[in-house]
Amino acid sequence: MTSVLAIDDSRTMREMVSRTLSAAGFSVTTAEDGVLGVEAFRKARFAAVITDINMPNMDGFGVIDAIRKGDVNRKVPILVLTTESGAALKERARQARATGWIVKPFDDDALVDVIRRVTGTLPE
Amino acid sequence: MSSDSLKATFFAECEDLLDALSAGLGAMADGSADGETVNAIFRAVHSIKGAAGAFALTDLVGFAHKFETVLDLIRSDTLTVDADVLRVITRSGDVLADLVEAAQTESGEIPEAMDALVQSLVTIAQDAVPAAGAAATMDFAPLAFVPLDIGPISVPSSRFAIAFRPERGLFDNGHEPLHLIDALRALGDLKVECDVSAVPPLDQFDPENSYLSWTMELVGPVSEGEVRRIFDFVLGLCDLKIDRLDDASVEDDLPLAEAGQEEATAIGEPAMTGEDRGQGLAPDAPASGKQPRAASAVAAAPPTTLRVDPERVDRLINTVGELIINQAVIAQKMRAMGIPPNAEVIGDLDDYRYLAREIQEGVMAIRAQPVKPLFQRMARIVREAGEATGKTVALVTEGEGTEVDKTLVERLADPLTHMIRNAVDHGIETPEKRLAAGKSATGTVKLSAAHRSGHVEIVITDDGAGLNRERILATAQRKGLVPPDAKLSEAEIDNLLFMPGFSTASTVTNLSGRGVGMDVVKTTITSLGGRVTISSQPGQGSVFTILLPLTLAVLDGMVVTVASETMVLPLSSIVETIRAKPSDFAPIGPNGMLMSVRGSHVPVLSLGGVLGLSDHDFDCERAVFVLIQTDSSEPVALAVDHITDQRQVVIKSLEGNYGSIPGVSAATILGDGKIALIVDTEAVLKMAAPKRSNLHALALETSHDRIAHLG
Repeated sequence: MTSVLAIDDSRTMREMVSRTLSAAGFSVTTAEDGVLGVEAFRKARFAAVITDINMPNMDGFGVIDAIRKGDVNRKVPILVLTTESGAALKERARQARATGWIVKPFDDDALVDVIRRVTGTLPE
Repeated sequence: MSSDSLKATFFAECEDLLDALSAGLGAMADGSADGETVNAIFRAVHSIKGAAGAFALTDLVGFAHKFETVLDLIRSDTLTVDADVLRVITRSGDVLADLVEAAQTESGEIPEAMDALVQSLVTIAQDAVPAAGAAATMDFAPLAFVPLDIGPISVPSSRFAIAFRPERGLFDNGHEPLHLIDALRALGDLKVECDVSAVPPLDQFDPENSYLSWTMELVGPVSEGEVRRIFDFVLGLCDLKIDRLDDASVEDDLPLAEAGQEEATAIGEPAMTGEDRGQGLAPDAPASGKQPRAASAVAAAPPTTLRVDPERVDRLINTVGELIINQAVIAQKMRAMGIPPNAEVIGDLDDYRYLAREIQEGVMAIRAQPVKPLFQRMARIVREAGEATGKTVALVTEGEGTEVDKTLVERLADPLTHMIRNAVDHGIETPEKRLAAGKSATGTVKLSAAHRSGHVEIVITDDGAGLNRERILATAQRKGLVPPDAKLSEAEIDNLLFMPGFSTASTVTNLSGRGVGMDVVKTTITSLGGRVTISSQPGQGSVFTILLPLTLAVLDGMVVTVASETMVLPLSSIVETIRAKPSDFAPIGPNGMLMSVRGSHVPVLSLGGVLGLSDHDFDCERAVFVLIQTDSSEPVALAVDHITDQRQVVIKSLEGNYGSIPGVSAATILGDGKIALIVDTEAVLKMAAPKRSNLHALALETSHDRIAHLG
């Protein structure tokens, strides 16, 4: 099963992402801040990471940085989950070396679709 | 997508976030805030906004957005927090809480203050940064997700030529060109040609660089926008050229329709065949190759907290209680079997008891919660009550870390709210009066919590005018709550406040007079197994003390026998036990009996008589007397046959099966497996109180008071 790590300090968002992706056949691990997220990332092999930006202890940009500079699975697709939209976000996400972004609130299908595309697990 | 349980999660989370918010705002108000405080406040509001969007809570999202804008300015030091800003953001916190509540109750109510606050927030933002202010005024349209139901549209096939050359950065950002090509393939028929001419000789090959490029031809019923959308994430990370080869009348409408929601696509990186893949990824391959499918089993991050359905914990507490009883049963049976106390098996059993106790304590601790969030909510009550009455009042809290059973924390909210409101409304004087009395203009309400020998003590102190006993007594007499000629002690007068139908304010203010009186406060606290007492000094203020058990599941009790029934008296209402001499008794009236306890006289009641287990007589010489005192009464001596034990008992509710039984609060199972009823002392005294006045609970003590004066 394709594993996805979802990092968000909001319980609601964690549950929402987790439910949506589980229903689509992904195995989801959640973490509630950046530090715990990076820790979890090092312990298992994930096909993709979804991270919130505003979080205590370590924010989403910190997570991306830690993963991209780490020595485990550092080219993993990382999607940022954000309430912002627009060109500035895209530029910032790209600069931070995120793979893509998902704007909250998101549609279930859109989330699944994005994850499938970045992980190359499109249904036949 | 918003199922009910997800909503429940959302509102539970909101509660936590609002607590964090009010904690942060409190810290800002008293000057103990640091940079992280502002961040935490911002995050709380931001998280509420983010999740609220998923439930299309438009008002909440809109307000949170404006609030957040101002907080962001504070966070980035663009805006300095002065008294005005602080007032606005504090009020905004309140309004946000109201909006969450409105969303939860689905009342659709908009807090009155909202519009004015929105104006203030926008003004603050504009003053700080004209541009940002303008942005803030733009209405934030929550991206409520309305599924696009366009229906089956037959889009004629189009043909696209796509030239795609990834740059190095595309790979760095975690993209995979092959996935992108897969995504294109899902749109229609795709012909792919890969150009490998740029691949250098091996000695110059940089495994992290990108050397391949593709030209593709896509034929499918898609718009150009849909094709471009696939490359959304990789724009700027590649050379991309998309041309529509035919001019079929394909409208580019879909992307527009979906533009509101930034969805996404992936893309990749240099070309890779099976062999290239390893090189492409290089230095750390194969350990960190990029085959996503190789993902291993999930290793969860260590959760810092665990959320459990409280019912499960209750079940556990109940079972552990029975485990302890079970141990006692075994111990008693072994003694009955004649096993010597120094036998090894007895030692083992002691270990068993010890472990069971440990488990019990552990399980109880699960239910324990600090009172901090509860106290923080009171800050708002004080603020609102102060504003409504034109008084300046500061709330001081102490012992916020004190842990109390979750149920207690929840059920204390209403009584505390009421008492705090009362303290501000009735206790604290207006600034003018305070100054005239030589006090500082700002009144202080202090709220403290502490553990006191197996109990939790919550004290509400105000430095106001104190209780006006004359007026209280006059009111009670006017309302017929006490006989006109009653002589009451100060403590008794103070306790009149707790009587149903009593209200001190000559005119019911819109603050305290909300239909909940102090009698309800008292009933609630009593139902939690606690008691509330008042003390007051004229001109110096009043102190309300609430004493509560640490948990609702066990009770310290005295096991007594009454007419061959075993009963348990709550230790909290017992003052002492007495064995009396015949000369200590003095009959009064046809059925009354008084007993002298160190010079003062207390009425004597037969517990068996009151409960209907025996007649009202008791043997003065053989009976044992338990001096009990409850909140509403002076001491009374209860006659019982024997006292057998003093122990902690596990409370088993009877209400589910037997309804409410007068004089009995619950039952328990004793060490010998027998069931014993737990006596509701308060109710017993009420049942025994003569009905000659409508004073109910107070009748007994009043009569006693008079009798004592005679004697």
